[in-house]
Amino acid sequence: MAQYLMSVLTDTTEVGTAEEMAAIDAFNAKLEADGHWVFAGGLASPSTATVVDGRENEPVFTDGPFLESKEHIAGFWIINAPDFDVALRLAAQGSKHCNRKVELRPFLSE
Amino acid sequence: MTHVHDVITRVHREEWARVVATLARRLGDLDIAEEMAADAFATAVERWPADGVPPNPGAWLTTTAHRKAIDRLRREAKREAKHKEALMLADTPPPLGAIDDDRLRLVFTCCHPALAMETRVALTLRMVGGLTVAEIARAFLIHEAAVGRRITRAKAKIKAAKIPYRVPSREDLPARLAGVLAVLYLIFNEGYLASSPEKEAVRSDLTAEAIRLTRLVHALLPADGEVTGLLALMLLTEARRTARLSSSGELVTLGEQDRDAWDRELIAEGHALVRARLASGQPPGRYQILAAINAVHTDSRTAGDTDWSQVLALYNQLTRLDPSPIVRLNRAIAVAELDGPQVALAEVDGLPLEGYHAFHATRAELLRRLGRSEESRAAYSRAVGLAGNTAERAYLIRRRDQLADP
Repeated sequence: MAQYLMSVLTDTTEVGTAEEMAAIDAFNAKLEADGHWVFAGGLASPSTATVVDGRENEPVFTDGPFLESKEHIAGFWIINAPDFDVALRLAAQGSKHCNRKVELRPFLSE
Repeated sequence: MTHVHDVITRVHREEWARVVATLARRLGDLDIAEEMAADAFATAVERWPADGVPPNPGAWLTTTAHRKAIDRLRREAKREAKHKEALMLADTPPPLGAIDDDRLRLVFTCCHPALAMETRVALTLRMVGGLTVAEIARAFLIHEAAVGRRITRAKAKIKAAKIPYRVPSREDLPARLAGVLAVLYLIFNEGYLASSPEKEAVRSDLTAEAIRLTRLVHALLPADGEVTGLLALMLLTEARRTARLSSSGELVTLGEQDRDAWDRELIAEGHALVRARLASGQPPGRYQILAAINAVHTDSRTAGDTDWSQVLALYNQLTRLDPSPIVRLNRAIAVAELDGPQVALAEVDGLPLEGYHAFHATRAELLRRLGRSEESRAAYSRAVGLAGNTAERAYLIRRRDQLADP
């Protein structure tokens, strides 16, 4: 089993519609039933972000996201899958259910 | 000595994919498999001239590469725990009889849809074809370092993302196989009609490599119609290769080619494959239809004998599978032969192919036949401006300059 991060990409600040949320709930239930579920969550808009640099003595707080980009992450899933082809299929289903693009990335396994 | 080197070259061509594929399965690591396979061939170059060629060169190479891999994994296992797992895999005796499957796994892994198209091409030529990074770089006119990076990044992605080393499941197979055939056809076409003016017009090394790889996939999946279709299409296209360029390096169109210069052996083989598919009674896919169209052309003793109604019927069939503008453009060429240039021009005009040189070349030809010289000249000029291939460009310029002065 390997773990993958599925990030939901979007270029609007609009939250999901009721229909999209219902589809996501159904997909989540299926992930749990099939043993793929690890964690998932939606994120507040990038404008609510704070960048924190605590490497020096006094932490520095910066209001806003680290990168201003056209697309941002609106939410994510962490899934368990036996291999990449299964993860790829789940990502395609996740993208369809949340009606947004999804970026699939493996976690470092070692 | 020369003899032994010839043998090594031949063995390399025949056994490379098998050695890499077997090792990749045993070790679960494409990177080490490639490196150790290359190492084993280097050892063969060193030893065989003195020791003689072993009775089973393929087995010798696989065993040598496997032993080198285990030595290396043992050394690394002392330093890093993560190699212990790979070492255990490596020590497991290989199952017998699954060798052909290994090469198929390798093909599917190299052509995985999560890899960019140019990465799939480079990886397939390296891992399955055994071409060096330098040879791939020369073929596609890119820097060697760029090819190396592309392959390294692909291997790292396959490993980190756990892209599985296996033949896809039944439900994924048709789409994944279509992806493999697209890679092979792209390699062939790049050899047959190089896309950039800095490259030679026709590169037989690339077409030969594409045919060799397609033969391999065909041998592994003999029942698949589209694999057979693609192989037949390549053979029937390759058969005309030498007739396709004039002594001055100009493209010679199908109608003007010296048909005695066509390779009869390749044509016979291509025709046999097309006939086998027709006999199967299964509905053909696009490669099979394209092969059948080429079979009609290569079946005619002269251009005038071409059975254009058969060609048009096949294009109609292809249009139903793939109603893309390029298919409709090619169909119009058959329409011109049957119903005249006026009807064909009406079908070509309005196709959304403004940026495609063949669209303008086809229009130019039809306009020329209609005696509309000025419009024809303008269309040839557009085609010349868009054509990347040197031989094709030379042909278009000559045709344009042959038009009567306005």
